[in-house]
Amino acid sequence: MAGTPGSGHASVPPLYGLVLAGGRSTRMRRDKAALAYRGRTQLERAMALLDGRVERTYVSVRAEQRAEPLRARFPQIVDTLADVGPVAGLLAAQAQHPEAAWLVLACDLPLLDGATLAHLLRARDPARTATAYRSSHDGLPEPLCAIYEPRSREPLSAYLAAGKQCPRKFLAGTDTLLLDEPNPRALDNINTPEEYGSAMATLTAQSSATTRHVTVQYYALLREQAGRREEALVTAARTPRELYSELAARYPFSLAPEVLRVAINAEFGEWSTPLEDGDAVVFIPPVAGG
Amino acid sequence: MRWCSFRRSPVVENAPPQPMFRFTRTPIEPQALRAQLADPACGGYAAFEGWVRDSHEGRRVRRLEYEAFEVLAVREGERILAEAIARFGVAHAACLHRVGELSIAELAVWVGVSAPHRAEAFEACRYIIDEVKHRLPIWKKEHYLSGDSGWVNCERCAAPAAHAAEVSAAPASVRHAHEHGH
Repeated sequence: MAGTPGSGHASVPPLYGLVLAGGRSTRMRRDKAALAYRGRTQLERAMALLDGRVERTYVSVRAEQRAEPLRARFPQIVDTLADVGPVAGLLAAQAQHPEAAWLVLACDLPLLDGATLAHLLRARDPARTATAYRSSHDGLPEPLCAIYEPRSREPLSAYLAAGKQCPRKFLAGTDTLLLDEPNPRALDNINTPEEYGSAMATLTAQSSATTRHVTVQYYALLREQAGRREEALVTAARTPRELYSELAARYPFSLAPEVLRVAINAEFGEWSTPLEDGDAVVFIPPVAGG
Repeated sequence: MRWCSFRRSPVVENAPPQPMFRFTRTPIEPQALRAQLADPACGGYAAFEGWVRDSHEGRRVRRLEYEAFEVLAVREGERILAEAIARFGVAHAACLHRVGELSIAELAVWVGVSAPHRAEAFEACRYIIDEVKHRLPIWKKEHYLSGDSGWVNCERCAAPAAHAAEVSAAPASVRHAHEHGH
């Protein structure tokens, strides 16, 4: 018998995170885990969202994906069953850690936000088989942003043994606790290049809603041409590319963006990475060390 | 420009286990740096010193000025050293780069590698200096005998057409164009 959070019993199973990156991305025709949004791949974003919310995080992969560089950076759980869809990843995770509950996340939820995850975690009922959101589109359970308790393992194995694979129908047929989504678009998944484009546009629109405070540091030729080492700006620029255009209109910069690189918060970044409030930006002229 | 030596006798000191990339504003002392790489398990040591030359692309150079985006350069420099250690199997690798004003013949950069055998020490040393030159946000300004100056690799990259007006508004010291220096 599982306890409830706060009941004082040690019987609430530990919660581990599992990001499903073993799909074949057939309709996208590109690896969905590697698609970038706001400068980070979807796999990195999903892992970062789980970070600090669960005790451990794993990425679920097929055996042939183990050495793929993006996936090799994270602890992996390798599928042992082929061609049964996302359920394969969860069953492999449950086999490895049967004592744990699993927060399962798909790798194609670019609009998933921390608030949605936090609400799921707060509402979790360990006495149920699972805790999940009710789709804002069709009212059915959303299986790939859901918590599966240890007690789900046996019925899930039996479900698969009966020749069924659909995790939504599995959740709908058990005592799953269903929640309403705090953000109705958070679980929109993307399967096609068109849906990817639409998600990118939504994220960009979200980030363009306000102006941002950023600092810019100048080095070498750009420092001389700007006549300063550093400045704090309030800007409507949404990306480093827009910020450089804005600055080039103010200062006599002779370097085209094509010959520069960008750093954001002291790491190399992309020209198209959406700027966030508080970012520190450096435009890097052609280098000549040594 | 390049010198190497080989250590064949056991040494007493232990080398630091971590890769090390640093900047300095004072003259580089290679002997002291070499000692940091000493390791009884190593039979080879290779180092590279980059010196300030008195000419560049046919122009007489009077002095140099190095500037770096140090936080990022140290991070990326540490990554280069770790790559060299992983890729070539060397035991220790370090790099020290000057910033600020330098005179002719001064050391601008020092790379040192120690390894069980010489081949990987040479290779790792070469890898590190090549990557440092291409990847780190470090800039070099040459001051010429003729009185003008220029940022190496930047002047020729000046944007054409679209930025022409801005370029002509720039001071003469940065308008001068010269060849890329590799």
